[in-house]
Amino acid sequence: MGFFIAQLLTGLANAAALFLVASGLSLIFGVTRIVNFAHGSFYMLGAYVGITLMGVLPGVLGPYLGFWGAIVLTGLIVGLAGALVEIVVLRPIYRAPELFQLVATFGVILVIQDLALMVWGAEDQMGPRAPGLRGVFRIFGEPIPKYDIVLICITPFILLALWALIAKTRLGVLVRAATQDREMVAALGVNQRWLFTGVFALGSALAGWGGALQLPKGGADLLMDFNIIGPLFVVTVIGGMGSLPGAFIAAVLISVLNVFGVAYLPQSTLVLMFVVMAIVLIVRPYGLLGKEEVAGEHGQSGAPETPIRPFGRRGRLAVAGLLLVMALLPLVTQPFALVLLTDIVIFALFAASLQFILGTGGLVSFGHAAFYGGGAYAAALMVTYAKTPMEIAFLFAPLGAGMLALVIGWFCIRLSGVYFAMLTLAFSQLVWSLVFQWRAVTRGDDGLIDIWPSAWLSGTVPYYYFTLVVGVLGILFLRTVIHAPFGYALRAGRDSARQAEAMGIDVKRVQYVAFALAGALAGLAGGLFVFAKGSVFPTELEIGKSFDALIVVFLGGVKTLSGGIVGATFMAAVEDWLTRLHYWRLLLGLLIIAVVILAPEGIVGSARRLGLRLGLVKHTEAD
Amino acid sequence: MLELRDVNSFYGKAHILQDLSFSVGRGEVVALLGRNGAGKSTTMKSIIQIVRPRTGSVTLAGRELVGQPSYRVARAGIGYVPEDRRIFTALTVLENLEVGRQPRRDGAPVWTVDALFELFPNLYERRNRLGKAMSGGEQQMLTIARTLMGNPSLLLLDEPSEGIAPVIVEQMAHAILRLKAQGLTVMISEQNLHFARVVADRAIIIESGAKKFDGSFEELAAKPEIRDAYLAV
Repeated sequence: MGFFIAQLLTGLANAAALFLVASGLSLIFGVTRIVNFAHGSFYMLGAYVGITLMGVLPGVLGPYLGFWGAIVLTGLIVGLAGALVEIVVLRPIYRAPELFQLVATFGVILVIQDLALMVWGAEDQMGPRAPGLRGVFRIFGEPIPKYDIVLICITPFILLALWALIAKTRLGVLVRAATQDREMVAALGVNQRWLFTGVFALGSALAGWGGALQLPKGGADLLMDFNIIGPLFVVTVIGGMGSLPGAFIAAVLISVLNVFGVAYLPQSTLVLMFVVMAIVLIVRPYGLLGKEEVAGEHGQSGAPETPIRPFGRRGRLAVAGLLLVMALLPLVTQPFALVLLTDIVIFALFAASLQFILGTGGLVSFGHAAFYGGGAYAAALMVTYAKTPMEIAFLFAPLGAGMLALVIGWFCIRLSGVYFAMLTLAFSQLVWSLVFQWRAVTRGDDGLIDIWPSAWLSGTVPYYYFTLVVGVLGILFLRTVIHAPFGYALRAGRDSARQAEAMGIDVKRVQYVAFALAGALAGLAGGLFVFAKGSVFPTELEIGKSFDALIVVFLGGVKTLSGGIVGATFMAAVEDWLTRLHYWRLLLGLLIIAVVILAPEGIVGSARRLGLRLGLVKHTEAD
Repeated sequence: MLELRDVNSFYGKAHILQDLSFSVGRGEVVALLGRNGAGKSTTMKSIIQIVRPRTGSVTLAGRELVGQPSYRVARAGIGYVPEDRRIFTALTVLENLEVGRQPRRDGAPVWTVDALFELFPNLYERRNRLGKAMSGGEQQMLTIARTLMGNPSLLLLDEPSEGIAPVIVEQMAHAILRLKAQGLTVMISEQNLHFARVVADRAIIIESGAKKFDGSFEELAAKPEIRDAYLAV
């Protein structure tokens, strides 16, 4: 009994920080319709700023006022940082498509990561203890840290204060009105620019307070931003986007579950919360207290899509020429260049599969690495446990990934927009944690090794040709699908789901099939990858991998299949050079933000526009 | 007080308003008439700057509005009541009114929640109801009341009688006449000629975004060919 209550109380205490961060995310999303992926970065910033202030303020203000003053001040500083990000990065792109905003916030993550590294260094930092709360209370004989009890006591008041702010003040009324229809709020004389900035600052401040409050229980490190994204999205999805009480209930649920998971099922702590999420979503697709989203009815409008056309004769000749050059390259180049080229082709196929679901399907998948890594693991597991020959094991890569996509898609396709994005991300985290923690089968972060191709394909040159053939066939297959009636149906569903359904297209079904197809092709790329490297590690399933692909598709241009391919090539080439620099994340982050704001059509789109202007490309031959 | 000069507005490549010019005097109630798709709503939106005219000018008491953000136009004294009402369905009636609240303005009637409840008694009974739990007519009253909370000197009403029961239309007409009596300038877009004639002093008829008629209802009655050509009666 005592043990049980102790676990419960620890879980409740852990919920405090998670709830603060999640409520901030929810608030920002409600008003700006932007899922702020950088929200975890403000949480991390809160932790670092908190440690610094807690080192300085107690000397000036005394231990008590110093400690609590540092927490309050941290939120204000992080809030200011949030306002700065909103003004500089987000203001210019509120009318841009969802994906651009998401990618821009990812740029912010990279920038904050490197800034934190510059200022606070790479070492993990321990949080200071709260003054006067160092000891423990004995509850049923179990020791409970005093600070935990304090956290448990103040969290409901924070919920109450936030609720009162939203329900009772003019600001809250405006926030709720803007959540529904920003344009109308502006037409009624409200300067929504400052409303947005204010809400973003408040949301960031909440994340900062969350980071500072957890300090006596934890500390600050450079992985905090990514580590909290999983639980954060799970909490938001379970609680229901935009619902404060929902975020509170879900934060408590997840935190308590986690503590009990550590005690009773230590092998499955990470997986557990995703399983709970999946169960909640089956019963309530929009979360416990969430409402169905009818986003985009008013206020948000992107530029109309130009229809895509297949390459004209000139374009096809150019592609054929390029392929010929690639086929002849082994005759003249070094093996190292071929290894790099193999990587590029694999990455291009992976990016093309994401581009397919994202650009053509209009489904912003944030967990595409699950299928890439999933395919790699499917093949590797066959080789490791069944001693399957490479030729057969390789087929399991697209097959396994396709099946995985069918399972994940079954949950995700029912939702759309940001819910879909968050859910795919959460599911990919589920797959990652499964692989990471199920050591008996996957060997965890030791990875699966000795996964080599058969004799006839071993060696750099044969495998390069193999990759080239499979990669090009995969991309051609996608191209064929895009320009087939199935592709038209998919695009119809993207551009106007209602109208497409009125014409007899089962939009969800088409999207489901497309999602599985994209997963299978990502798995194909994963299969190519695992036999190229001879090993696979959980890193291939990480959020970072999904984001790599997203950034590549984005840099290349979202609207055309070639965008993903060009982006992948550009990235693979630049990455090699960029990662040698000390603060490459900062540069990459700034580059991403600049592209979002200045050249939102990406490399291919911008080049095409330039070509149109110079008369090099004719309208009919483009794409 | 309001003047449009050679306004051209586009939706993408579609040229909606074509060199549209007219003016509205202080205290006047002007009806903007025309068929479905004639450009009435676009004219309204081009005044409040939800649609940005590509060329031309829109001035309020001599002040240029083109290029200003909507909230500035609203604060300059223009109250906009959209055709599709766009009330905040998740907010109560009182909260909807709160969103519209703006400081009082010189030379414009001053509104309070109580005064609006007197003008639209139905709203008082529903004051704590959510917007989505109201009938179409009540929503229409709420959207007008919400805009009046901004104490505008010029009210733009986009098709207020559309899809509303005749009894409510009559109440609406009375309300508009009361607003006029208080000295409010009103521009009202309508397809319902009868309703327009009851409330308005002057008619402007547009077709394909261009002005076809501008004058009193007596002049319009004397030219049945115009009415037949540009209005669906």
